[in-house]
Amino acid sequence: MSAELAINAPQVIARKPARKATSESGLVRFVLIGLALSYFALLVLTPLFAVFYEALKKGAEAYFTAITEPDALSSIRLTLMVAAVAVPLNLVFGVAAAWAIAKFEFRGKSLLITLIDLPFSVSPVISGLIYVLVFGLQGWLGPWLQAHDIKVIFALPGIFLATVFVTVPFVARELIPLMQAQGSEEEEAALVLGASGWQTFFRVTLPNIKWGIVYGVILCNARAMGEFGAVAVVSGHIRGLTNTMPLHVEILYNEYQFSAAFAVASLLALLALVTLVIKTLVEWRVKH
Amino acid sequence: MKLKHTLLALTLSAVLPVAALAAEVNLLNVSYDPTRELYQDYNAAFAKFWQAKGGEKVTVRQSHGGAARQARAVIDGLEADVVTLALAYDIDEIAEKAKLLPADWQKRLPHNSSPYTSTIVFLVRKGNPKNIRDWDDLAKPGTSVITPNPKTSGGARWNYLAAWGYALKKFGSEDKAREFVAQIYKNVPVLDTGARGSTTTFVERGIGDVFISWENEAFLAIKELGPGKVDIVVPSLSILAEPPITLVDRVVDKRGTRKVAQAYLDFWYTPEAQEIAAKNFYRQIDPKIAAKYAKQFPKVALFKIDDVFGGWQKAQKLHFADGGVFDQIYQPGKK
Repeated sequence: MSAELAINAPQVIARKPARKATSESGLVRFVLIGLALSYFALLVLTPLFAVFYEALKKGAEAYFTAITEPDALSSIRLTLMVAAVAVPLNLVFGVAAAWAIAKFEFRGKSLLITLIDLPFSVSPVISGLIYVLVFGLQGWLGPWLQAHDIKVIFALPGIFLATVFVTVPFVARELIPLMQAQGSEEEEAALVLGASGWQTFFRVTLPNIKWGIVYGVILCNARAMGEFGAVAVVSGHIRGLTNTMPLHVEILYNEYQFSAAFAVASLLALLALVTLVIKTLVEWRVKH
Repeated sequence: MKLKHTLLALTLSAVLPVAALAAEVNLLNVSYDPTRELYQDYNAAFAKFWQAKGGEKVTVRQSHGGAARQARAVIDGLEADVVTLALAYDIDEIAEKAKLLPADWQKRLPHNSSPYTSTIVFLVRKGNPKNIRDWDDLAKPGTSVITPNPKTSGGARWNYLAAWGYALKKFGSEDKAREFVAQIYKNVPVLDTGARGSTTTFVERGIGDVFISWENEAFLAIKELGPGKVDIVVPSLSILAEPPITLVDRVVDKRGTRKVAQAYLDFWYTPEAQEIAAKNFYRQIDPKIAAKYAKQFPKVALFKIDDVFGGWQKAQKLHFADGGVFDQIYQPGKK
């Protein structure tokens, strides 16, 4: 104990002048941290608490009835399916696009970057409407699809398409700056040492960007499950068939079933929390 | 092609594990906003009725929203076996734009294909603090009026026409009626896309002094949210609202569901179904049942759209088409 103190003491003294120059007084720090915390509490914690409070207001039994009735179950299943389609597609696309953009020079590169950003800058409602305009019965491909009995909008493919569209940027946007910062020296070294293209990718590129991928996938997944606007336009709102969880929440809320609406909403919140926990666990595993 | 079919079938069967079973049929009923509770009851009753008659197990799926928006979805390819919308014009649109059903669809079932009717009343805050009695009070400056958007909502169009019809009778001229309705819409702070959205705006969010509403929606709001919050006020004159129902011929023929879909619609004209309408606060066309529930509904002088506006086609083109009277009088932000 005393030895530690003895060791620590000079350091503290040595640090002190540096601290003064780079940090604020106790009061300022207290106020700033307090502000940040109350902002966080007000905008994130209170609504989160409110969701669970409202959901459980009528008791646990009502809560479980709400999330196990057939329409709710089908909305949960559909939401998970949507995520299961959108996330892998955008994972592959995102990695490929980021790899091309960060490691190579080619014509139309800035166009590709703009296209990846497009879903961020376009309102989700428009993202849904473009699919209605293209695949709708009165749209460009509508009559042909009708003749061949293929349903796109107001059916699952439309919901998948709209969700994939709005979640395109997440993985790519996460990886591009990371890969650009890393440069391509390591890949060049691998190639010089005789590795093939795939070997280079799997043994050099991929390990370097895995945390970026995890983060991108988590964001992509959260958005895929939570997307409302684009899906609302192409869904047709058929209960038990084309309602995702966010749409189901709206329906319940509009039917005066407030507790049930919040119960399903709390599931969405839980899914988000679970993703965060998984992310933390994976990080922890890798570090130890 | 084959592959796509299989893929689609696979995805669908993943969502609908029961769909593949024989002796089971699914119908899709695309309806307007406030009929959610009505069709929940009706679908359950019809399923029982159909099985008792030796038919297959029927599951009727529902889609709800503002009537014009719902019609738009059917035009864009939402495969409804039956549509049950707020007013005839929206079904006319489906017939005209997508040719999914014949133009004279409304003659196929009795009572203009409207097995239940309703009217337009006011919902006010408990105790009626602004003392709202009739349409005139809605046009007064300082009264905040909630009504949905007539462009997307059927109920909102009935609201608008009810106000117009009242003014026309009172002042006797189209110009005065136009001025009167414009005054009312100056008092509207927000136009929701469907009737249910407006109900939530008025009752849950507490915006507005008076909400122009379907009668059934007003009763339901009181039932669901407790009588302590809002009161119903009945105007001196209102409109007879006839929400029609019909088959979507091209869809039922393609899906092979014509027989059960037709039975689904015919079932409305039975006493049992009329009771369901009454319990959900819709007015009945069956005089016997109507007499039984007469006490439930306030007495209102009602006019018909055909008598005052010459039918939906005319009313829609004059008032609600792009650049029509509604567009001319409703200019948000301008006072």
